[in-house]
Amino acid sequence: MTKLAHFHGGLAITADKCTSPIIDSSLPGELIYPLLQRSNNYALPIVKLGERVLKGQMIASANSLFSAPIHAASSGTVKAIEPRIIAHPSNLADDCIIIETDGLDAALSAIPCFDYQQKTPENLRTKIHQAGIVGLGGAAFPTATKLSTEQDIHTLIINAAECEPYISCDASLIRQKAEGIIQGALILQYILQAKHCIIAVEENMPEANQALLQAINTHSIQLISVPAIYPTGGEKQLIQVLTGTKIPAKCLPTEHGFICQNVGTAYAVYQAIIQGLALTERIITVTGKGIKQPQNIRTRIGTPIKHLIAQSGGYNKKVQRLIMGGSMMGIALSSDEIAVTKATNCILAMTSDQQENKPAEMPCIRCGDCSAVCPVELLPQQLYWYGRSGQLGQCQDYQLFSCIECGCCDVVCPSHIPLVQQFRVTKGEIITKEKQAVQSNLAKTRFQNQQQRRAREEQEQLAKAEKRKAIIEKMKAASLAKKKSL
Amino acid sequence: MLLLCLIFVMLGLILGFAAQYLKVQGDPIAEQIDALLPQTQCGQCQFPGCKPYAQAIAQGEADINQCPPGGEQTINALASLLGMESKPLNTEFGTIKTPAIAFIIEQDCIGCVKCIPPCPVDAILGAAKQMHTVITSECTGCELCIAPCPVNCIIMLPRENKPSEWQWPAAHD
Repeated sequence: MTKLAHFHGGLAITADKCTSPIIDSSLPGELIYPLLQRSNNYALPIVKLGERVLKGQMIASANSLFSAPIHAASSGTVKAIEPRIIAHPSNLADDCIIIETDGLDAALSAIPCFDYQQKTPENLRTKIHQAGIVGLGGAAFPTATKLSTEQDIHTLIINAAECEPYISCDASLIRQKAEGIIQGALILQYILQAKHCIIAVEENMPEANQALLQAINTHSIQLISVPAIYPTGGEKQLIQVLTGTKIPAKCLPTEHGFICQNVGTAYAVYQAIIQGLALTERIITVTGKGIKQPQNIRTRIGTPIKHLIAQSGGYNKKVQRLIMGGSMMGIALSSDEIAVTKATNCILAMTSDQQENKPAEMPCIRCGDCSAVCPVELLPQQLYWYGRSGQLGQCQDYQLFSCIECGCCDVVCPSHIPLVQQFRVTKGEIITKEKQAVQSNLAKTRFQNQQQRRAREEQEQLAKAEKRKAIIEKMKAASLAKKKSL
Repeated sequence: MLLLCLIFVMLGLILGFAAQYLKVQGDPIAEQIDALLPQTQCGQCQFPGCKPYAQAIAQGEADINQCPPGGEQTINALASLLGMESKPLNTEFGTIKTPAIAFIIEQDCIGCVKCIPPCPVDAILGAAKQMHTVITSECTGCELCIAPCPVNCIIMLPRENKPSEWQWPAAHD
C-alpha cells in the first residue's frame, strides 16, 4: 500500500453520519430553478411562460464558461419566471424559473451510448456540458469547463473523502451505484487521457470501500482510503495526502497535472454519456437532530426543502436553524421554501441543544491554536487583527484569499472568536473596494473624454465661424471693388 | 581651488539640465488626491469635477471635507495622505446619502435632451423627441440631470440588491 502524506493542521471531527439506504423523493408540486450560477454568472431562460416542458428538457442555457444549462426534473408547465429567495448566504431573492409539475413525470426520450471510446473527448465534453453537469461536491463548477484544461493531466482523482460531519450522500451513492461510478471515472479518464486514476475514500466508510473494490474488478483504478481528518476532501488537501504534492496557493491543480472530480459528478457523467440523461437529480442527506428521520434522498433538483423535510418525518420540536451544506461550511437559510440546487449535498436542521448556547466571544489571547490547525498554513489571528482594523492591504499580503473557510480555526479558538466570519467580511470589503476603484476609474476616463470632446467641438466651432467671417469679408471686399469700378 | 570651482560648475550644469529635462509633468500631489476622490463628478464641492477639487486641495484653496459622495472614508484617506487631522464632513456642501443611480420614468420623458449635456460621464442615451434612458453601469449618481428636467421624470433609485453583488456585512459590535 502506498504511504500517505499529511497536510498541515486539520481536525479529527467525530462524524455523525446517517447510513440509511437511499430513498426516492416524491414529486413536489413545484420545482424552482434559480438562474444564478457560480458567483456572477446567470443561465439564460429558453422557455416561455405557460410552455409545457418534459423531464430532462433544457429550460435555460449557459452563456458563459462558468455556467451550465438547467434541465427540468419533471414534466409540467412553466408557471412563472420571477424572483424567489434562493439558496445563497445573502438570503436575497433572484430570478427563478418555476415549473408546476403535472404528476405524469413524462420524460424526453434518452439516447443511450455504449461505446464512448468511439467518440472523441471533445464530443464527450460537449455532451457533458449539454447535460448540465457541474461539480456535485458543493462548488458547482461546470464540469465540461474543468475538463477542457489545456494542461497535460497525468492523474485523475475521484474525490469520495466526504470529510464534513453529517454529510453521507457520497457514501450512500457509492454503496448503491459503485458500478456506475467506476464507469464514470473511466469515461473521465478517457476524456482527460490521464495515465492514473485514483479513488479516495475515507477510512470510516468500510462498506463503500468494499463496494468500490468489487466494482473496480480488473480496471486499472487505484482505491486508496485516507484518514478521516477534516478537511481532507478539499481539492488541494486531498492531492497532498494522496501524492505528497503540495499545490501552491495561486496555482490550480491542473497546472501540476492533477484533476479532482467528486464521486457524484463521476456518476452524473456516467448517466449523461452511457444513459443519455441530463443532470436532474442528485442524492441529498437530510439530517440533524431537528429531523425526525434522517436519511439520504434521491432528489429532483429544484425541489423545495420543506418537501424533503416532510418526507423525512418533519421537524423535531427544538429545531432552531436550517443549514444547507455541512455544519462546518454550510450556509444558514432563512426559510424552507428555498429549493435545492445542484450544489446542495446536505440539509441540516440543528436543534437548540445541538447548537448549544455558544459561549460569548472573548479577546484573542494569541495562543496560536488557529495557525496550528489551518490546512492552508495561514496565520488566522494575524488576519483577524488586520481585518478588524481595516488594514486590507496587510490582509492580502497575509494571503487572506487563500483561506478556504473550512472553519477549523473557529472550532479550536479558546476565546470563541468567529474568525471565518471576520474573514468573509474582510474579503467582501476588499472585493467592494476593488469594484469601486474600477467604477471610479471608468467615470474618470469618461469625464476626461467628454471634456476633450467638448474642447474639440468648441475649437471646431470657432474655426468654422472664422472661416465664415473670412468668406463674408471677401464677399464684402469684392462687392466694394465692384461698386468702385462702376 | 580651481578644481573645486570646476566641479561646482559641472554640478550646477547637471542640476540645471535635470531641472529642465526631468521635470515632473502635472502636479503629483493633486494626482494622488484625485485618485482618492470618488470620481462622481457631481460638483457638490463647488468645483467643476473631482480633478479641479483635487488641485484646489493641493494648493490649499479647499478643505478636505467638501466631498459628500466620498464621505468619511474619503476624508480619512485624504487626511492620512496629507498628514492632516481627519474632520467631519462639512454639511454646507451636502449630506451623506446611500449610493443611488438616476432612473428615467420613460413614459413621462418628452425627449427634450436637456438632461444630456449636464451628465459628466455621458451616461444618458437619447435624441431630440426620442425617449431617453440611463445607462446604469455608467451612472455615478451625481444628480446633475435631475434639475434640468422640465417634466421631473428623473428620479434617484438605490442600486438593485442582487445576490451576485452581495457581500457579507460586518457584524454589529
